[in-house]
Amino acid sequence: MTDLTQQQVRERIERRLASRHLKEKIFRGLGIASIAFGVLAVAILFADIIAKGSGAFVQSDIQLEITYDPAVLGIEQVDQESLTWANFTGVIREALRERFPDVSGRAEKRELYSLVSTGAPFALRDRLAADPELLGQTEKVWLTADDDVDTFVKSLSDSRNGFRGRTSDRMAGWIDQLLVAGELKKRFNSNFFTNGDSREPEQAGIRAALVGSLFTLLVTLMLSFPIGVAAAIYLEEYAPRNRWTDLIEVNINNLAAVPSIVFGLLGLAIFINFFEMPRSAPLVGGLVLTLMTLPTIIISSRASLKAVPPSIREAAMGMGASRMQVVFHHVLPLAMPGMLTGAIIGMAQALGETAPLLMIGMVAFIVDVPHGITDPATVLPVQIFLWADSPERAFVERTSAAIMVLLSVLIAMNASAVWLRKKLERRW
Amino acid sequence: MNTMTLDAGHAAPAQPESLEKETVDSQTKVRETVGQPFCDDAKLRMRGVNVFYGEAQAIHEVSLDIGRNEVVAMIGPSGCGKSTFLRCLNRMNDTIDSCRVEGEVTLDDEPIYGPKVDVVPLRARVGMVFQKPNPFPKSIYDNVAYGPKIHGIASRRAELDDIVENSLRRAGLWNEVKERLDKPGTGLSGGQQQRLCIARAIAVSPEVILMDEPCSALDPIATARIEELIDELRENYTIAIVTHSMQQAARVSQRTAYFHLGHLVEVNDTETVFTNPQHELTEAYITGRFG
Amino acid sequence: MQTPTLFALLLLLVLVAYGTGFTRAVTAARGSGGLRNLASLPSYYGLYTALWCGLPALLLLAAWLVFDDGIIRAMVMNSLADKPAALSDQNLLWAQIQNVAAGNLFGEPEPQVAAAAAHLTELRSTTGMVQAGLTLVIAAGLGAFSLLRFSPQLRAREKVESVLRWVLVACACAAIFTTVGILLSVLFESLRFFHAVPITEFLFGLHWSPQMALRADQVGSSGAFGAVPLFTGTMMVSAIAMFVAVPVGLMSAIYLAEYASKRVRNFAKPVLEILAGVPTVVYGFFAALTVAPFVRDAAAAIGLQASSESALAAGLVMGVMIIPFVSSLSDDVINAVPQSLRDGALGLGSTHSETVRKVVIPAALPGIVGGVLLAVSRAIGETMIVVMAAGLAANLTANPLDSVTTVTVQIVTLLVGDQEFDSPKTLAAFALGLMLFLTTLVLNFIALHVVKKYREQYD
Repeated sequence: MTDLTQQQVRERIERRLASRHLKEKIFRGLGIASIAFGVLAVAILFADIIAKGSGAFVQSDIQLEITYDPAVLGIEQVDQESLTWANFTGVIREALRERFPDVSGRAEKRELYSLVSTGAPFALRDRLAADPELLGQTEKVWLTADDDVDTFVKSLSDSRNGFRGRTSDRMAGWIDQLLVAGELKKRFNSNFFTNGDSREPEQAGIRAALVGSLFTLLVTLMLSFPIGVAAAIYLEEYAPRNRWTDLIEVNINNLAAVPSIVFGLLGLAIFINFFEMPRSAPLVGGLVLTLMTLPTIIISSRASLKAVPPSIREAAMGMGASRMQVVFHHVLPLAMPGMLTGAIIGMAQALGETAPLLMIGMVAFIVDVPHGITDPATVLPVQIFLWADSPERAFVERTSAAIMVLLSVLIAMNASAVWLRKKLERRW
Repeated sequence: MNTMTLDAGHAAPAQPESLEKETVDSQTKVRETVGQPFCDDAKLRMRGVNVFYGEAQAIHEVSLDIGRNEVVAMIGPSGCGKSTFLRCLNRMNDTIDSCRVEGEVTLDDEPIYGPKVDVVPLRARVGMVFQKPNPFPKSIYDNVAYGPKIHGIASRRAELDDIVENSLRRAGLWNEVKERLDKPGTGLSGGQQQRLCIARAIAVSPEVILMDEPCSALDPIATARIEELIDELRENYTIAIVTHSMQQAARVSQRTAYFHLGHLVEVNDTETVFTNPQHELTEAYITGRFG
Repeated sequence: MQTPTLFALLLLLVLVAYGTGFTRAVTAARGSGGLRNLASLPSYYGLYTALWCGLPALLLLAAWLVFDDGIIRAMVMNSLADKPAALSDQNLLWAQIQNVAAGNLFGEPEPQVAAAAAHLTELRSTTGMVQAGLTLVIAAGLGAFSLLRFSPQLRAREKVESVLRWVLVACACAAIFTTVGILLSVLFESLRFFHAVPITEFLFGLHWSPQMALRADQVGSSGAFGAVPLFTGTMMVSAIAMFVAVPVGLMSAIYLAEYASKRVRNFAKPVLEILAGVPTVVYGFFAALTVAPFVRDAAAAIGLQASSESALAAGLVMGVMIIPFVSSLSDDVINAVPQSLRDGALGLGSTHSETVRKVVIPAALPGIVGGVLLAVSRAIGETMIVVMAAGLAANLTANPLDSVTTVTVQIVTLLVGDQEFDSPKTLAAFALGLMLFLTTLVLNFIALHVVKKYREQYD
């Protein structure tokens, strides 16, 4: 048996010290690098989205001198019926030709007409409907520019040789003229918040999707919060320790990790095909999201019930309160802040969810703002998905802007959950 | 983290009034350590050590020598700072962010606190056994081999085997575990686990072994076995042991240091401390007036 | 009567019932000398009456709403003299009848359809009335019945509480119903699919092209349903994701738990958690528009040909998404390792990293493995990123720069849009869903079990 002396041991330890300390430094460096990677990913993601999307909050308008000429419009007087088929497009074209008198030839004219959004005639119709006196008059009107014009104008401010896309040299020339004359201006893009979806980027907005999200979340909250809290109360305060309870628990934990798209399949097969509920409706979306968020809410509610010390229950029980009274009079109010926090986090999760809603047909092209939970609707994340698929460059901008809105709402929800927890947290 | 000591005035509310008065009085009395804190052949030498946790001071101006191949026991009421003091001796307090140590500590006359001192070889020289047995969740063999492996002490597998066997023998565990070296260390009984931890500590050939209440989690029989072991280890190692049991201090140590609220009150031969304490606080503690 | 109106009326009745029960109890108490003589507090008598009034009526109404469509359809279809044999034609006819009944006329309907539509309208209005009438009668009747049973000795509280208890049990069972619902919905459709396509072909076939021709004489009339390219595609994207997420997530967790100062932790932890809160559709957009072109250009720069929908781009972004998942789970398990083990290692002279690598991580390994398994299950089931950034082409390839497709992508493509419910194409989506559900189920089950056992070890 070799027996090393302490001196030998000391020497051997000394010999390896340098390389061990180097390894320590490398390991630590890897840790810092990992954190940096994560933080950087957040920064890049946000910077990328903001850089792409902030442009969508402004929109170019073109000022034209519009003459509400009854001859061009093809109407005699202003009433509901005549307005529906009045030729406002013609009026706009007329105005464009007047503004650029030297334009000739079909191709050239077509380019000229494409300066203004195809939604502009509806704006004129609304103006005339609001003020029938305008018929036969001339006024200067700011009309929404086409998305290609808008994209071009926005890229001008970045650098001189902007993004051309479908903008020809000729069009660029007109745009320059308009800009110099102050007849093309950028303004806050209110369409984005007041309109529903549209094939034309300059008219597309998130209002319908926002309202759809709101309805869907409402259904989800109304169902998942009471059911989740009730389930948590049963499991935490009543359930006997037996196989059935174990089964429920395993189920809940497992459901929390089931891919969301599987819930979509469930919704499609059961709610839509079996129960014949309406497709694309917030009601079904809400039901699917309820099933999906339920595990989250149950788990967080149980945690906050667990945090209520047993002494409170014993004290109430000692006064002769029934089990139900103990729970509803004492435990539940104390656990409520935690449950609410969990519910907000669950709702934030539901708000960002896309895949299961694709399954139940919430991908339809919805222009109208839904009025109830059975109207066809879409939600914000699905709207983002739909726009992301569109080829127009202007939609990239709008997709990013919609993402910014979605992220702001989510951050607000999570921040309020954190705030709520900080404010109402009770230390025992 | 060990329980920290606050100044008497801060710790007061929970104590009965008479005692509080006494401790406040004692503050003035314990400025100087009575007895013989120093010795000629010192392995570890402490001079004017102060320890702070953030703002609170846990150790006040402690000076003490621990002689070569002797067992020094540190006793005192709980929260008196004896564990904190022990952890200064191999710089385990470094792991606690808010902890700050002042004063001089030397090992073989070399300072252990200093900008150039590397704690890695220091801790190999000053090993430590903790209050609760803390074997790693590895096999018995790997537990003992852990230190030699990380330090690169063994150059061959056979050498490592020798070190493991030697250490286990010295810890008096070899005969009990030689048949099951590949079984997890956590499967041993409490007393065996603590002896495994001692074997683990001596596997890196330390010069000093610090023991922080090594028997507090053990039953009397396991305790007796460890105490025997400490006595045997004295031949080769210098040992500082913190204990809450006065009987244990009396049985295993040559010298005993009595700590009170972060002050070192008295150091003397163990026999003197237990039969003829010189400081009234020591006497009060020994005779069981508080603890 | 409109359903919301009916609900409102029912609610009103319930409130009235509560009030009546309550006053009844109070009057009875006053008559006999104080509340002390009642078996329960007046509010429990109120609740007792309200439950009798509301609960059965509500259950009836719910059942009615669920089943009436099916029954009405059966009645209408049965009334037709000559109805088509094929189910799909029946569906078509039914849709036509519904349209006619709703007044969406496109030209003149056939007389038979018109008659059926009239029948449908009539049936609907009758059932609507019967439904409303029956619900309200039951509510009022049972409410009155419970009032008749009133006596001061009635143990209203016990009865109310036992009903509420059953309600709680039912809510707790929602999780079980959901699982059963998932299983039933994917299982039945899958069985129908395996009827048309042999399960061996599905599991082992190397060719996937689900485009079924509409007519038998078209080219490629029989689609191919070999799901192996989907499985390998899913595995590749998940593997890339784990390749990013596990080291980065684990090292972040280690750094945060073992090294970072409080200030760094308070900053970095929430920032990493932001990654977990970003909706997957956002990651998908980021992957498709920013990362995929970047990967393509980077590959081109070193002379490689990368698809613009490369598995690498989707996998990388998915990895970033999963980082916080791995790191927070690992953080939990690393923190659960007792400090005494760290002290033991440090006391022997280990460096900090040796302590972590040789003691803390091995001790936390089961928990970490469980967390990683959960992360894998998450990667496999992730949908939006791959739908938006990975392709549709079912390539059987091992090159991460190629475009691959995954199980989830195919489920989405097969089911989005209007589909006939009995074509193998649609049913294939459910078979894929079944595979997905079973795989993640097994992974989750193992992972949760491992983590649970780990927690018990240090509790």
